[in-house]
Amino acid sequence: MIEFAVSMWNALPLWLQLGLLNLGKVVLIVAPLLLAVAYLPYAERKIIGYMQVRIGPNRVGPRGWLQPIADALKLLFKEIILPTKANKFLFVLAPVLAVAPALVAWAVVPFTDELVLADIDASLLFILAVTSMGVYGVVVAGWASNSKYAFLGAMRSTAQIVSYEIAMGFALVGVLMAAGSLNLREIVLHQQGGIHEWYIWPLFPLFFVYFVSGVAETNRSPFDVAEGESEIVAGFHVEYSGMAFAVFFLAEYANMILIAALTVLLFCGGWLSPLAGLIDPAMLRLPVIGALLDSGLHWLLVKLSFFLLLFLWFRATFPRYRYDQIMRLGWKVLIPITLVWIAVMGGAMFFTPWGHVFH
Amino acid sequence: MDFTQLIFYFFAAVLVFAAAMVITIRNPVKAALFLVLAFFSAACLWMLLQAEFLAIALVLVYVGAVMVLFLFVVMMLDINLLRLREGFGEYLPIGGIVAVLMVLEMAIILGPARFGLEKVPAPADHPAGYSNTRELGRLLYTDYAYPFEIAAVVLLVAIVAAIALTMRKRPETKYQDPAQQVRVQRNERLKIVKMEPSPKPPQGKRR
Repeated sequence: MIEFAVSMWNALPLWLQLGLLNLGKVVLIVAPLLLAVAYLPYAERKIIGYMQVRIGPNRVGPRGWLQPIADALKLLFKEIILPTKANKFLFVLAPVLAVAPALVAWAVVPFTDELVLADIDASLLFILAVTSMGVYGVVVAGWASNSKYAFLGAMRSTAQIVSYEIAMGFALVGVLMAAGSLNLREIVLHQQGGIHEWYIWPLFPLFFVYFVSGVAETNRSPFDVAEGESEIVAGFHVEYSGMAFAVFFLAEYANMILIAALTVLLFCGGWLSPLAGLIDPAMLRLPVIGALLDSGLHWLLVKLSFFLLLFLWFRATFPRYRYDQIMRLGWKVLIPITLVWIAVMGGAMFFTPWGHVFH
Repeated sequence: MDFTQLIFYFFAAVLVFAAAMVITIRNPVKAALFLVLAFFSAACLWMLLQAEFLAIALVLVYVGAVMVLFLFVVMMLDINLLRLREGFGEYLPIGGIVAVLMVLEMAIILGPARFGLEKVPAPADHPAGYSNTRELGRLLYTDYAYPFEIAAVVLLVAIVAAIALTMRKRPETKYQDPAQQVRVQRNERLKIVKMEPSPKPPQGKRR
């Protein structure tokens, strides 16, 4: 049986073998990602519930564990309503435009030293370019809905995303100055040697700017004026129902996970163990504890979960910013911070003996 | 025809189709979206030439930023589609002459006499470790450092000029000054007034 399968595999042409192999890898990345996207809203409702001294969803399945599946089923069976005079093609295309970049960007994200789908040279630029296309989903949805509320929401959101992208790009400039590479895997490997080597310490202002802009980019609270229920009902997706709405929801949570993953990779040493250079190497050879203490995928997931918790924590803590305050924060506070810190880094690297702090 | 050629013809066909739609479709928002598609296909073609930095920069700058602002403006404009079609016959001769001239010029430049394979050889295949981004950065910041810096300064001047031209102070608009809000003192907002306590109400029977 196995021999037969092997001979069948060898009979396939090379391009088909490669294609199937890559398809398998894509499924291996996207399937857990979508599972995480499904359970993140559940985690959000539970965590915010506990923060507000409530219980949160607890009816479907033990402790409410089946809640995401019930939600998904409900949305699947709902009718998708096309608004009158809406542009049908663009109306249907918009959710796809929103979710596709959020999934495509994972192609270049390294999970460990070897676990990466496409180890390309300019992966950081690739991620910037791909995520910058997510805004089209919002714009097209707002315009194609033929609704004033949706249009206003799309306008707000677009201006906000375009503005914060600049601060985000500048924050990344600092990281690639420190690492001397655009390759995410190499950026992580530059942070080897324990928690004190992570870029979060020398680049703390840039880390702060990056994460805040990341929250704004994903239209999450406290920057969620794109939805702004109290003013414009639900913003750009007010006219969407059923699965079309669910796809926007999916895109938002996939983007959150992506931003959290990038923060971990760029500033917190990715899959590297925080204890690497600090503990006795002999401890790494212990049967189970050694594997846990050593660098690996589990560290990436732990750090990722922490930043996702921050996203939820923000939502439970801060009131929504007013729109002009958001723009002011982006243009007049975050961008100047990054510019100053890049100048400080460049000056320190080339004119003073303390440049090694940033390397 | 190998696989790369197949990809090339696919993206080239999409590019030509999208470019044709940009100038023929009536709705300006759809035209802008087709322009986005055209840019994206062009970026994919550049990727085939192993110019990954240029391809990604095209997507990042034009698709991710410029076209978004373009769409923004086009969506806000209230364009009467009927009025747009009015002067079509009037401008057709001039437009036609310009179009024919442009085709002729492109034919002269891109013809086999000046753009053939023997004049401009096909790009050489690079070894596996070759980084387009690194090479471009090295050239820009060493050999062409001054032209690059001067171009940057020209762009900065353009940014400042554009903002200066469009900025106008309108005295009737009300806005907040956060710096002033932060600097505010307690005694500017709050005044404690010493007052005699009101005279005691007359003693009466408690109900």
